This record gives sequence, C-alpha cells and structure tokens, in this order.
Amino acid sequence: MTSLVVRGASILGGDAADIHVVDGVIVGVGAISAKADRTIDAAGLIALPGLVDLHTHLREPGGEVSETILSGSRAAAAGGFTAVHAMANTSPVADTATLVERVFDQGVTAGFVEVRPIGAVTRNLDGEQLADIGAMAHSRARVTIFSDDGKCVGDSLLMRRALEYVSTFGGVIAQHAQDPRLTLGAQMNEGSVSAELGLQGWPAVAEDAIIARDVLLAESVGARLHVCHVSTAGAVEVVRWAKRRGIDVTAEVTPHHLLLSDENVLGYSPLFKVNPPLRTFEDVEALRAGVADGTIDIIATDHAPHSASAKDCTWADAAFGMVGLESALSVVHATLVNPGHVTWDGVARLLSTTPARIGRVEGYEQPLTPGSVANITLVDPSFLGEWGVDRLVGRSHNTPFGGLELPGRVMSTIFRGTETVIDGRIVDELRTA
Amino acid sequence: MARIVLTKPDIDRALTRIGHEIVESQRGRTGLVFLGIPTRGVFLARRLAEIVARIEPQEIAVGTLDVTMFRDDIQQKSTRATAPTDIPASGIDGTTVILVDDVLYSGRTVRAALDAITALGRPDVVRFAVLVDRGHRELPIRADFVGKNLPSAVDERVNVSLTEVDGTDEVSIA
Amino acid sequence: MKHLISTRDLSRAEAIGLLDTTADMVDVRGRDVKKLPTLRGKTVANVFFEDSTRTRLSFEAAALALSADVSTLTAQGSSVSKGESLKDTLQTLEAMGADYIVLRHSHSGVAATVATSGWTDAHVVNAGDGTHEHPTQALLDAFTMRSRLSGATARGAGLDGANIVIVGDIAHSRVARSNVWLLNTLGASVTLAAPKTLLPKDITEWGVSTAHTLDEALDGDPDVVMTLRIQKERMSSGYFPSESEYSRFWGMTSNRSARLKDTAIVMHPGPMNRGLEIAGDVADSARSTVTEQVRNGVAARMAVLYTLTGAQS
Repeated sequence: MTSLVVRGASILGGDAADIHVVDGVIVGVGAISAKADRTIDAAGLIALPGLVDLHTHLREPGGEVSETILSGSRAAAAGGFTAVHAMANTSPVADTATLVERVFDQGVTAGFVEVRPIGAVTRNLDGEQLADIGAMAHSRARVTIFSDDGKCVGDSLLMRRALEYVSTFGGVIAQHAQDPRLTLGAQMNEGSVSAELGLQGWPAVAEDAIIARDVLLAESVGARLHVCHVSTAGAVEVVRWAKRRGIDVTAEVTPHHLLLSDENVLGYSPLFKVNPPLRTFEDVEALRAGVADGTIDIIATDHAPHSASAKDCTWADAAFGMVGLESALSVVHATLVNPGHVTWDGVARLLSTTPARIGRVEGYEQPLTPGSVANITLVDPSFLGEWGVDRLVGRSHNTPFGGLELPGRVMSTIFRGTETVIDGRIVDELRTA
Repeated sequence: MARIVLTKPDIDRALTRIGHEIVESQRGRTGLVFLGIPTRGVFLARRLAEIVARIEPQEIAVGTLDVTMFRDDIQQKSTRATAPTDIPASGIDGTTVILVDDVLYSGRTVRAALDAITALGRPDVVRFAVLVDRGHRELPIRADFVGKNLPSAVDERVNVSLTEVDGTDEVSIA
Repeated sequence: MKHLISTRDLSRAEAIGLLDTTADMVDVRGRDVKKLPTLRGKTVANVFFEDSTRTRLSFEAAALALSADVSTLTAQGSSVSKGESLKDTLQTLEAMGADYIVLRHSHSGVAATVATSGWTDAHVVNAGDGTHEHPTQALLDAFTMRSRLSGATARGAGLDGANIVIVGDIAHSRVARSNVWLLNTLGASVTLAAPKTLLPKDITEWGVSTAHTLDEALDGDPDVVMTLRIQKERMSSGYFPSESEYSRFWGMTSNRSARLKDTAIVMHPGPMNRGLEIAGDVADSARSTVTEQVRNGVAARMAVLYTLTGAQS
C-alpha cells in the first residue's frame, strides 16, 4: 500500500484542501491528517483533474524520427496530461485491431499516460472503404473514436454510411473538415495575408461547408459527430446552430488557434504552417467566444511533431503541424483564463472531464473527489516565463510559441497515483507510487 | 570653429590664374574638354571653361565625369548615389582633357577618374585642375593646376561652398 | 540595404535612387566600353531553380558588366534535382565564395527564407519567388515608364500622378505584386483589371482600384497599360472558359490600343502569348516597350547589384 498527500492545493481554483491518495485512488479531499509515504507541498498551486487530449499524433509506427509513443507520452505528462488519444494516420495506418492493440500495448509499457488509440474510418485513409471499425471497437484497445484526421472523409455517401456504422458500436467519428477540391495546393488561410504573400489560400468555406454537411448527415442517421480543430468563425456558427437544433455534435479547438493568426505567417517561418491554417483575428475572437458560451466543448492539442528538416526549409516544402502537448495549458491560461472567459473549473471541463466523456474514458467522471482514480495535475498559476525549446520534452521542436511570454507551469502530474512530473520536471524513470 | 581661407574674390582670382595657366600650357593646341567631377567639380569646370574662352576664344567642350563606380572603397563605405556622366558627342579621343574637382586629398578620386576616362576613350593629354590641395596624398597623384595649397590636419574638414550649389562662394576649414 | 527581396521594403528615396542609378547604367551600356570595374573580384551566383532563360541571361549580363565573376546553377542536372536540400545547396555556394546570390524559385517566400535563415552571408537578390515578388522586374518596369513618360527631365522624379493599368492574372503574378507596391511608393495610381477569378481574394489594403474588364479600366484614360502573361493551364482550372473569351474582355487588341492617348505606352514582361493577352501588331507598335524593357532590365539589375554593395549602416 502506497500513499501520497497533496497539501494545500486550490481545488479547481477554489478553496485550498489536501488530497489523499492511496494505491492510485483518491481516498480523501479536505483536511488530511493521516501520514503518507510522500507529501507534495501544493501551497499556491491549483489542482486540476489529469488532462485528457482527444487529438494527438504520436507518430509511431512509421514516424519515429519525429516522435514515439514513449516520447509523446512524456511530452503529454509534462503538459499535465494523463490520457491522450493517438490519431490513426501512422505508417501503417491504424485501421485494424492488431495495429490499435499494438499502440495500446506500447502506451501501457511506456506508462506515462493512458494511450487511447483512435481507429481510422477508412482503410489506409483512402476515403473509399470502411476500416475494421467493429474489430477495433471490440479489441483490447476498445476504440471509441474513429478519424481519418490528416485527411477529410470527403465523399458524402461514405460519410453517411460511416456515421451510421460507427454508431452501431457506440463510437463517434472525429472529422477533419477540409473539402479536398477547394484546398488543392493550399498553403495558408485565404485572405489578405495570402494575397500579399502569394501563397495559395485555404478558404474558410472549405471547412464550414463540410461541417454544415456533416451535422445534417449526423442528424439524418441519428449519429454522434465530433468536429476536430474548429478554426473559423463560420464553423463556430454552424456548430452553434446544430446544437440549437438538437444535433449530437461536439467540437474541439486547438490552443494555437486561440492565440495565433495568419499575420504570424508574414516572414514565411514554417513554424506557423499548420492544417487547418491560422486564420484572422476575427476568427480567433469567435473561437474564444465559442469556448466561453459552450459551443466549443473541449480544447484538444493536435500535437503534430515534425523533425527539423521538415521545418528548416521553404514554406511550400515544409510539413504542416505544430507540437502542443507541453504548451497547451499555458496557452489556455493566457487566452481564456486571464481575459476572464473561463475559470479554472471551466478549464477542468474543457481539458479533462468533457474530452473524457466524448472519448468514453473511464475515471474522469468525478474529478478530484474521493473514490475516483488519482489523475491529478498541479499548476503554478503565478509563473510567467518565455516559452522556448527548453520547455519541450518530446522528440520534436516545432513549437510556434518560441519567444512568447506564457503564464502557468505544470509542477506535478500524477497518473493513477504515480508521479510523472515532480517539481516541474518530467521524471526520467517511473517508480510505481 | 571654422576658419575662412578663401573668400569669393580669392576664388575668382584663383580660377582666373588657373585659366591663364591652362592657356599657357596649351601652347595654341585645340581640343580642350573640361570634365568636372560631381558635385562641385562640375560647376568649377563650367567656370573655368568660360574663363579660358574669354582669354583665348576657341571651341571648348564641358562635361561631367561620375567616378562613383570606379572608386576603390565601394565595399567599405555605404552606398553612394551615382551621378550622370556627360561627355561630348564627339568623344574624348585625341583631346586634352582637364579634370576638375574642388578638393584634392588622398588622390583616390583622381585615380578613379583616370580609370573612368580610360573606359571612355583615349585623350592625348589629361591634366587635373583643383581649387584646393589639402595634402595627405595616399597615391602618387598630383594636380597640374592648383587654386590654393592648404596644409591641413587629418582630423580637420575642408568645406567648399559654391554659389550654384550652396548659395555662396567660400572655402573654410574646421 | 543588404538584400532585395520585395519592392514593399523600398522607401521612396531608395526607389528613386535605384531608378536614377539605372539611368546612369543605361548610359554605360550605350558606350563602347560597356563595363565597369565596380564588382571586380566578387562572385555573383545565379541560382535558378525555376527555368527562365531571359531573366537569367539578364542577370548574367548585369554581373559581367560590373566585372563580377558569374557562376550559374540551374535545376536540371544539378544536385538539386537529385534531392539536395535548398539549405545544403546554398551552403555549398557560400563555401565556394558567392558574394551575391540571385535566386529564382517556384515557391513563394524562398528569397525571404534564404535571407533570414543564416544559411548564407551573401547578398540575396530575389529574381522571382513563386507568385510572391519579382522586384527587379518592377524596377525595370518603373524605369521604362519614367523614361517614356518624363524623358530627360526624369532624374530624381517618381511617377507621381501617372495612371497605370495592370491587366491579367493578378492572383498568380509576382510581377503584379512587385509593381503595385513600387508604383504606389512612386506616387502612381494603379488599376487592376481582371476577371474576379484572377484577382486575389482580399486586396482592400493594396491601395489600388479594380476593374472587371479592360474596357472599364481604359475608361480612366491611363498612361500605361501593362499586360501580363496568361498561363493557359488556368483554363482547365475554371478561372476562365477559353482563350477567345479572355482576349475578348481582357486582351490588348488593336482597337483598344487605338483608344489610348497618344503618349500612352503598352508593356509586357515577356514572354508574350501574341493574340491572347496582347495583339501582335500592338506588341510591335511604337507604343510597345517590350524590347526596351529587356534593355532596361540589364541596367536595372546593374543598379541593384551596385546598390546592395557597400557597408551596411
């Protein structure tokens, strides 16, 4: 029997209390007098439930030069996460039970976070034939989220069938909304900046029109739909309309879309090249408002690691994507908490309980209450520092936030009772608590 | 504290004297071309041409010779604007070219001017007339006609003002 | 000014200085000895990842006219076509002693990336990057306009009050972009004429007017009509239906040329699709500046290479 006490943390931003953990379960919250094997002094820190990312690229198998399941799990833990959903666009694509089980097992071996494999919607992401959805749902990995992310399920007939089929197994499709024909060769948001820079535009309508189609398809077959990385004001309005209509749709936004705009692309640094692209300030404001009013349900990182050679080149040659696990909480702190759009309680909903609910992840239903699994994140909200590559723990360094002053720092991450981050540093080796 | 070393009458007299010296050195030969080095050399060249024409009437051509692209310190100094080069339509082959500038110092401008002339043609004779020679030569260059010898320290500045450019005629040193 | 990446970076004084120096270089080109010793001992590397014989030869002539040594790297048969990265190619050139890199590439932003990357210490001259900019083209175009419209009195002057129409595939044209920024800086008023499909999506900040047909633009009685090359591939992507429809509404035909005032000129950066964006006889008429643009191109590029030299303040 091992025990741990977190002393004096502000629970979800509220009153300070102690948290008593025994054998990976929270047994008491309040004034804890019992002695414990380990005590964490959490005075001045905010206690959140362990964060859950619904959208991460761990790159393994096939892309280990930029990230592995182990390095990605460590990056997640450093960012305060205790569970991540691993997108299926690996090489080979995760479209069978064997492949998702392998990812699941490697996540268990790594041991830093719960790795929940996402299964592909279509075989090899070809957009034509359904993948082994049922087998993946019933595998050891118990897949509940299916996505061709990286690509859009563009064919309307196939999307309708897929929505129906996935709902047979209680799962949800997470759609990467991007009309392929409208975005051929697209490099950045279509707007005044792309006009000036001579870069092929990615028009907002290519995202909005797909989401509009998908919510109506979901409604027509009575299926759940999840929309990945919403990036436009128009998309927010479509989702808002759909929810008012009673459609079972959830939506996510990335931290970078809450902070950066297409003006960052002036100068052509490929660190700002991402899909969907950085949009205008008006879009950023609409996204923040969408989070504040609940239209957007969760924050998800879309952590997309790329090796240096994929970004140290010309814009057109560069890969799309940014890392985001380590910086997510700080960016949410800066863009939503500091301006008063969301409280720490709200952060817990956006980054933990709601993503867990969408992904059907167990153990997050009653955050920081006795009886629940000890997934706890302790944040120092008073910290303010310049973000840099030194704050990254994963294998890749393609962060767009370098040089920015960002608030907050994860001081402690506890995954099922085991400390993965101690005193703000990722542990080198896990000792089972 | 600037010290005036040449007033307007001084300058006029110096130019008149140079004009006589030029006429004397020509010994009756024709084909004079005055080429002024921009900026102020251009106006001095015009004045000298008028003076010489009054002393001994003859066909005199006046032009400008920009030496910017021939300088030897282009990489070291910040970029200088170029000025037009304007030579007589008949060219300078077989002529007597009188280069004209306001101040002779290190001699590098004249060296560049000689290079520039070589690219334009082959005069029979090239001579150099300058209003002020302030010494401190860095190359084996000398003026044929000098308005005033003005010994100066390296940290002093010699300022030439001409009516056409600066509103007054004056040479000062500071 | 260490690099020339975009005409947007040029102040009015810098732009006029470049035009004036171009005038002096035109003079030099007209003499028996067409060379200057200015860049003797320096190496200009022409790095052309995108094919362009005309621009490349023009830069070569300009560098040779300044007595520089020239080395040329083109994409075909080079290590680049074998997959060597841009970074490695440039560092190799740097190690071989390039002082100036004249860069032409099909990706927008490459010149800016190279200039700020730290891969090379050389001066970078953008010879055309994707659909972004072609600053030396804009300079030779502006010089051509100034010479024709203001003649001998042009020194020290911009293009204040001149009325310029640019017609063609503006959305995909680096020549159009570079010209718009430079012409605005020089005080001209610019009208862009194109079908809506060939105008960039948001140009409210560009300080230009737009016309949807060439006739509409010509109602403004312009001093200059600059016609841009149309790539025939655009037809298959739905930008406009056919060549005949394009030349009917946006082609510089003889009739349209006859409408222009006597002093107006017609320009084209080349190469021309005779009969499509410009009629053959208009291209060959006295109004047309096509050949003098090429001549001015060498002088303008000499002026650029000279102006980048010199200690940076």
